[in-house]
Amino acid sequence: MAGIDIEGLATVYPNGVRAVDGLDLTVADGEFFALLGPSGCGKTTLLRTIAGLESATEGTVRIDSADVTRLEPGKRGVAMVFQDYALFPHMTVSENITYPLKVRRVAPSTRAEVAERTSGELSLHGLLERRPGQLSGGQQQRVALARAIASEGKVLLLDEPLSNLDARLRLEARTFLKKLQKDLGITTVFVTHDQAEALALADRIAVMQDGKLRQLGSPREVFARPSNTFVANFIGSTPMNLVPGVVSASSIDGRPVDGGSNGSAVGAVSLAGGSLPAATASAPAGAEVTVGIRPEYLTLSTRDVSGPSLRGSVVVAENLGTMSLVSVDCDGTLIGVTVPEEDEPAPGTPVVLTASAQRVLLYDKESGELLARQPAVVG
Amino acid sequence: MTPAFVVRRIGFYTVICAITLFFAVPMLWIASAPFDASPGLGVRWPDWTLENFRKTLSHPYALHSMVNSLLICITTAVAVTAFAALASYALSRVRIPGRDALLYGLLLLSSVVTGTAAMVPIFVMMFQLGLIDSRFGVALVMTGGLLPAAIFILKDFVDAVPKSYEESARVFGASTLQILRDVVLPVARPGLATILVWAFVNSWGNFLVPFLLIRSIDKQPGAVLLQTFTDEGGSANLSVIPVFSLLFSIPVVVLYLLVNSRYGFRFHGGIKS
Repeated sequence: MAGIDIEGLATVYPNGVRAVDGLDLTVADGEFFALLGPSGCGKTTLLRTIAGLESATEGTVRIDSADVTRLEPGKRGVAMVFQDYALFPHMTVSENITYPLKVRRVAPSTRAEVAERTSGELSLHGLLERRPGQLSGGQQQRVALARAIASEGKVLLLDEPLSNLDARLRLEARTFLKKLQKDLGITTVFVTHDQAEALALADRIAVMQDGKLRQLGSPREVFARPSNTFVANFIGSTPMNLVPGVVSASSIDGRPVDGGSNGSAVGAVSLAGGSLPAATASAPAGAEVTVGIRPEYLTLSTRDVSGPSLRGSVVVAENLGTMSLVSVDCDGTLIGVTVPEEDEPAPGTPVVLTASAQRVLLYDKESGELLARQPAVVG
Repeated sequence: MTPAFVVRRIGFYTVICAITLFFAVPMLWIASAPFDASPGLGVRWPDWTLENFRKTLSHPYALHSMVNSLLICITTAVAVTAFAALASYALSRVRIPGRDALLYGLLLLSSVVTGTAAMVPIFVMMFQLGLIDSRFGVALVMTGGLLPAAIFILKDFVDAVPKSYEESARVFGASTLQILRDVVLPVARPGLATILVWAFVNSWGNFLVPFLLIRSIDKQPGAVLLQTFTDEGGSANLSVIPVFSLLFSIPVVVLYLLVNSRYGFRFHGGIKS
């Protein structure tokens, strides 16, 4: 098994576009790693550069500590599943699965064994003699995975593995994929534009924008503490509230606010006609910031509460299944907050929003970077 | 249904019938005249006989010319298909500036190569190569003439092979030739079949090239021999020509049916399916 080390990697296209721009990344052995970003952010190019289908302009790629930057794709020990699965339509499932072995001139008897074993692992029993055209989308994906596994690469690369499946099948395939990766323990890098997919599957996520790494972390970190407003905007199925605000004094109403869990200074930030508690250690009073808070971390109340809060009236409520996303007009700014379905307030209801200090994130107004040294969030 | 509509329909079908008849008459002639005891240039119900076949088969060069035709056309078709496959793959995958201009230029010039205009230089060239009166020489010239159009048509089929197929094979360590043999050509097989038949049919019916380049009558293909079927008086030998025409058309029809049943004809000619 093998890890991947990427150092100062840049892939520049002939037209001058820097699709991957000076990237440093380490994928640990056995890790399930997601490259996440909007389309055109360079995530697929990065994957293809790891595979060797695009050549790196600068930097190095190491797989299992061996420098593979200038090696042919076939000599890197990688296996790849393409977005369209790239199953050969003129070959049977069994021929498809064992094609990597045929290329290496492995004896037909061994190939038949591998086809039998791999198809068993991926529940493709009885389909070995079919052609890809006679399979369902989910089966095709499993054949593509089986072929990649049969090639015995040290690293598995998946390009948008779930995007060609319909919504219901996608959830099933997601569970299947995660379990398969854990069972095989193979280092896996996958590309996705779907943040929910990345959060659900990956051990770690690299969020990319314009060929650069914007944040690297576990799904929990990326979700709870986006390190900049881009990531904050991109992650989460309900968009994070990003509202301009000003850091007020480190005490409220003349008395100190309750200290943060690890003793860091907790003050308040004023925004949208009200205020919320926030860890203000790294921002002086009076600093203009962008305040970020997830709708899931806001608490909605119809009764008045003491302490810093936002006041407003309900505009609309959107049903999210067990939850509702309520838009609250706070002094002209719309703030989203999720509430359990049974607590959904009627439009026009005056409400009060509160949040815990550690959930309120402060971003630099200009750069959009997270103002550091706020208390870390524990799961 | 208004009367005007009925009249329009009747008019429409009358025109269609006239056009159909125009094209059907020569076919009917080929079907009936070979079996007629006294064949003429008109279509009529034959007085059944196989005498014409006996006469044709005993003609000293008739069957021999068919063999020549097959020889020339199989060589041409195979060469065109093989070269077009390699060239279209390269043109489809390699990014070179002015690629499309090159393709259209070739296509334009190809009609010149086997066309009348280029016959004198081609004759001189073949003469200097010592390929006059050679069936191989004829196949060579026809291959050259058909190749640009074949590349043009086949490139569409190769373009339609998803790039991910090749990339997938590359990641598994396949070489370029393995990719071509295992992935691209099998997937583009309907295109190859189309080109094979198209090249065969085109060279089968080609009169000008063998007429100019072949001297000996025993090397002439059927298309050229057909015009020598005259009787002593110099008028057309109507007992041999119909039979020969019928036999001459069989290979093309058989080839078409064979390929159509295996691959189904998918002839786009520059148009994406």
